[in-house]
Amino acid sequence: MTAKNKNSLSVTIRVWRQNGVEEPGRMMSYKVKDISPDMSFLEMLDLLNEDLIKKGDKPLTVESDCREGICGCCGLVVNGDVHGPDDHSTVCQLHMRRFKDGDVITVEPWRIKSFPILKDLAVDRSAFERIMAAGGYVSVNTGAAPEANSIAVNKDDAEEAMDAAACIGCGACVASCPNGAAMLFTSAKISQFALLPQGSPERQRRVLNMLETMDKEGFGNCSNEYECEAVCPKEVKVSNIARMNREFLLANLFGKAEPTAATAHLKSTPDIPEDE
Amino acid sequence: MNLDAKIPAGPIEKKWDSHKFNLKLVNPNNRRKYDILIVGSGLAGASAAASLGELGFNVKVFTLHDSPRRAHSIAAQGGINAAKNYPNDGDSVWRLFHDTVKGGDYRAREANVYRLAQISNQIIDHCVALGVPFAREYGGLLSTRSFGGAQLSRTFYARGQTGQQLLLGAYSAMMRQVAAGTVEILNRREMVDIVISHGKARGIVARNLVTGELESHSGHAVLLCTGGYANVFYLSTNAAACNVSAAWAAYKRGAGFANPCFTQIHPTCIPRSGDHQSKLTLMSESLRNDGRVWVPKAKGDKRTANQIPEDERDYFLERRYPAFGNLVPRDIASRAAKMVVDEGKGVGPTGQSVYLDFRDSIKRKGLDKIRGEYGNLFDMYYQITDEDGYKAPMRIYPAPHYTMGGLWVDYNLMTTIPGLFALGEANFSDHGANRLGASALMQGLADGFFIAPSTVGGYLGAGKFEPVSASDPEFGAAAKTAQERVNKILAVKGKKTPTEIHRQLGNVMWNDCGLGRNEADLKKALKKIPEIRGEFWSDVTVPGADKDFNQTLEKAMKVADFLEFSELLVKDALERKESCGAHYREESTTPEGEAKRDDANFSHSNVWTYAGEGKEAVLNKEPLTFEHIKMAERSYK
Repeated sequence: MTAKNKNSLSVTIRVWRQNGVEEPGRMMSYKVKDISPDMSFLEMLDLLNEDLIKKGDKPLTVESDCREGICGCCGLVVNGDVHGPDDHSTVCQLHMRRFKDGDVITVEPWRIKSFPILKDLAVDRSAFERIMAAGGYVSVNTGAAPEANSIAVNKDDAEEAMDAAACIGCGACVASCPNGAAMLFTSAKISQFALLPQGSPERQRRVLNMLETMDKEGFGNCSNEYECEAVCPKEVKVSNIARMNREFLLANLFGKAEPTAATAHLKSTPDIPEDE
Repeated sequence: MNLDAKIPAGPIEKKWDSHKFNLKLVNPNNRRKYDILIVGSGLAGASAAASLGELGFNVKVFTLHDSPRRAHSIAAQGGINAAKNYPNDGDSVWRLFHDTVKGGDYRAREANVYRLAQISNQIIDHCVALGVPFAREYGGLLSTRSFGGAQLSRTFYARGQTGQQLLLGAYSAMMRQVAAGTVEILNRREMVDIVISHGKARGIVARNLVTGELESHSGHAVLLCTGGYANVFYLSTNAAACNVSAAWAAYKRGAGFANPCFTQIHPTCIPRSGDHQSKLTLMSESLRNDGRVWVPKAKGDKRTANQIPEDERDYFLERRYPAFGNLVPRDIASRAAKMVVDEGKGVGPTGQSVYLDFRDSIKRKGLDKIRGEYGNLFDMYYQITDEDGYKAPMRIYPAPHYTMGGLWVDYNLMTTIPGLFALGEANFSDHGANRLGASALMQGLADGFFIAPSTVGGYLGAGKFEPVSASDPEFGAAAKTAQERVNKILAVKGKKTPTEIHRQLGNVMWNDCGLGRNEADLKKALKKIPEIRGEFWSDVTVPGADKDFNQTLEKAMKVADFLEFSELLVKDALERKESCGAHYREESTTPEGEAKRDDANFSHSNVWTYAGEGKEAVLNKEPLTFEHIKMAERSYK
């Protein structure tokens, strides 16, 4: 059992409860006692849920998986802060030592039109999947790759690509943006490939198609609030958005917009002439 | 039971090539007529889906997550091995093959491991082409580092996030196939049963985790890429969703389960802070490249680490294993830590940890260099413990991490059920009794990108398939059985939560079947597990309905399977009376306390088959023969 020492906390959780996508939701309050400061925030919610289950009440639906800040599964707004009060951290890495005995803590899901609330604190982020499918890849078949060291990459570019690739797809950038923009997420993938020679051949169609899908999914646009960068657990920089915009401009000015596989059905003429 | 591994004839270097030549091909125009069901979207599942999709097969991928990118491969930190020999330090396919067989303590199949080593280089080529941002040197070429169990530098990495970057690479390749229309992803689905028709795996029943509906899907082959079962210990480095359920369903449908007792305990995890702990966090063992592991020489020394002078510190890995020092394989490092803790020399508030000290490396290489290499791990350590690992040593302790055991597969990665394949951690094949660091990513991608596309194609090309549809009675029967089980769980309406019962099971598994195992403890566990299982079925409580997004029900279903599977794991541990790799039987040791293998009696894989509800599992054995590598005592001294 958790030691009931003098350091243990009691807090009140005010939390969003909603039964399903089309259902109305509301805030509800719960008391949670005997919290060790070494507990993570999600372990505190576990404690609450265990208590609710024992009482026969429905526990909070809340998503998390790795609990080490890499899977991108968890995401809560804690006291108005996306992923909680710690900078550049996922909510699973938040610990109760950040709170005081008697605190009232407000817990809400991501509130974004493009991420419908499935239940309580769980949202549907599949719009990100569709953005990825629109061009978040290098088109190379298994077996077709050249010897790895035949592609030299400037170390600084590789590091910058890695900075962008570190995105965990949690959606915090969207949740923190007053416009509900997914530009940090989208630009991180576009930047990663724009910085690497492997990504160069299809850079134009990539940026055009990914941005088209991003718009279609109902995400907003960037108005330089920098909230996304401030909350990003992996410190992905807004300079990626600038790079994406440059890529977009260049693709529009000089690009030969080619359809991706996703839009290929719209095009009637085959790419390759028939052989004899 | 037929345990023909179908190892191709001929010299080991030629086996894979000649096998690929002998496999039947499916005409490109016919491939889209074959439906392949892939369960799991981690490295193995995503890479298999991408490659099979590129070939033109019609692929459906099932993931219990909202996105394939959440799969637990994402959490692998350190790196991926390959025999490129870029550093010119004497590496070769032969050496990687040798190290992997030796690292696995001679309990893996030679032919499979050789193929893995061969393919390792292609994996790096392909991942670079996919745009995986591996670490590079100033000249622009790839950088490598060394890892536990190897005396050379063959591990490719992307900071401390190699698993993430490789998974995102495989995921992006799969998403390209989603766009191309060859792959369909069904997210938030958990497989609950395999459907067998005319003697072949022809489909699955999956539970939609949002609606609770059971859905039937038919296909021509089923690939289980469902990861490992370390969560049987309750506390492990695995993510919360990791489970044995899909593999266990396959076992109950007739697939052999091999070497379940081979479970790896990882040495460099953040120690637990209390009973509230929901999981343990691993820190990459690459930390052991620069961190020195030690405890105070005196028992119960309560001074802080920095107060303890150099000559009162016991660098026990360096002392006991001078050749490999802090880079001994995981099983050895874990046991050595347990030994000093058991002697009363453990540190930290609980006494259940040892130090991992960077003081000397920081002095030698500079703080910036150490920060550059491991910064994210130090940050992670700080977030969890509130301690600064740059200023005082980190504290670490072993935790269950990876499971070498899994579904038995032949050289084609096919289980004992025709048409049912197992890839990645879900199968048992390549790591023997102990996996070397940076080899899991290699195996997952070898299976998915390169092996399954050939062997699954070979199976489809060679077979005749009866028409099967998801509306056939076999599907209805499987769904009915699954629904009855769900109803039974909901009907108990007891007092204990699934998590409480899972924790009880975990305590038994860790205490009686953990780092060190002996007959008395294992027999005790075999008595306790059925008691806990009884408690589950008489006293579990799951609120809410089944046709709903019900996470407590999901958890209960997983725990119910762990409660059955754990017994098989313990039985296997009891049956294997030797120490080998991660399986350490206290009765089988050398006078110095090192593990003692018994090749005369145990040079085989244990393959267990289901005999029906309430009946004893049947033990079959696949003998292991070593023609190319001389079996020797695994010494790292």
